[in-house]
Amino acid sequence: MQKHFLAIGRILLPLLVIGSLSGCSNIEPWVKPYERDKLADPIMALDGDPVSTSYLQHVYESREGARGGEGAAGGGCGCN
Amino acid sequence: MMLRRGLLLVATLMVFDIAHSGVLPEDRADVLYHLYDGGGVEIDGPSILVRKQVGKSLSFVGNYYVDMVSSASIDVITTASPYTEERKQWSLGMDYLRGNTTMSVGYTSSEESDYDAATYNFSVSQDMFGDLTTLTLSYALGDDLVRKSDDPTFERQLDKQIYGIGLTQILTKNLISTINFETMTDEGYLNNPYRSVRYFDSGSALGYSYESELYPNTRTSNALGIRARYFLPYRAAVQGDYRYFIDTWDIESHTASITYIHPWKDFTFTGKFRYHDQTGAHFYSDLFPRAEATNFRGRDKELSPLTSYTFKLKAAYTFLNENQSWGFLKKGSVTASIDMLHVDFHDFSDLTALAPIGDEPLYKLDANVFQVFFSFWY
Repeated sequence: MQKHFLAIGRILLPLLVIGSLSGCSNIEPWVKPYERDKLADPIMALDGDPVSTSYLQHVYESREGARGGEGAAGGGCGCN
Repeated sequence: MMLRRGLLLVATLMVFDIAHSGVLPEDRADVLYHLYDGGGVEIDGPSILVRKQVGKSLSFVGNYYVDMVSSASIDVITTASPYTEERKQWSLGMDYLRGNTTMSVGYTSSEESDYDAATYNFSVSQDMFGDLTTLTLSYALGDDLVRKSDDPTFERQLDKQIYGIGLTQILTKNLISTINFETMTDEGYLNNPYRSVRYFDSGSALGYSYESELYPNTRTSNALGIRARYFLPYRAAVQGDYRYFIDTWDIESHTASITYIHPWKDFTFTGKFRYHDQTGAHFYSDLFPRAEATNFRGRDKELSPLTSYTFKLKAAYTFLNENQSWGFLKKGSVTASIDMLHVDFHDFSDLTALAPIGDEPLYKLDANVFQVFFSFWY
């Protein structure tokens, strides 16, 4: 199970990149910029308090055996 | 050393890696005081973050963070003496926006009496499909030096790398989601040089003795996280998070949380419940059958099977908004929060109970994490 997941990870990473960058150029935005007022509300910010989030991540990583998977992306809803 | 365990790398990247592709992050400053209190350990200190845009395409960020540790944890009182120490960390980063692409670089330095860490990180974010989708690729390199306070000749290297890919997706007018995948590799000295394992020893009065931990020199882990936030029919939001984690030490975990955000006048209230469950490392044992029983051995409770629960309450008050700005300050808020953490260890005995060997109760940890911070936007 674990080896399979690690192997899947090595394959998944480049596939996600290639898949995301190719062949999708004809997709039309289905949520128009003028429809993003709710997404632009501060209560919808995925991480409105970066200092606090970073600190709590540190606490959890010190108290548990797991790590990562929570921060490579975020925000960026293009609605500011 | 006891607190950081070389894992701070991931957390510090959060300061840089919240990508805002297509638009630079807002200019802001945060001054935070944090206090962790639980299990005989008290850690407090400040964290200060300043972010400022220069020109139209550059944004700089700096962070200064201090941990002041006073520890009499169960590990310390069973095998060592209580201690105090201080860790200082500073970070510098830069974001460069060009079209729909944001490139970010950062450097973090952390210093304490027996552990130095340097981290370099780089990420690229690209907005696509009418800004509905943001793809982020990231890489980080950690270069750590582990020392031992009672042995000036002791010095070991630890190298870390993190490869990440993340996708933020607007799904509907009310729903935004992210998916993140990270692979982390560690190579070098992964032990805690102060920690010991215990083993059966019929010649000892307690029935057991201690010997040094011995960890593998490599660790590779994968983490997949999913997050979605939904704007409710009235002005409030709910967020769900899930993370699956697995590594080459046989630790497998599931972490899930649900968050509710409710604004009211100039206040914003947040409630959150988080659940985490993990299996133990393959070389973990609460009690080894004899000395040097296995090639690798550890009794680090964070690597043992455990379940943790956290309940969070947070309140933020906006005392300054864009209609009443003070000079160059556009907005200001003050936030206070408490995270109540409870951990059930399924295979880590509480040796302070002084029960006969094998009959010791399992250890439970209760800790409170307090934060107060001021935020200013300009």
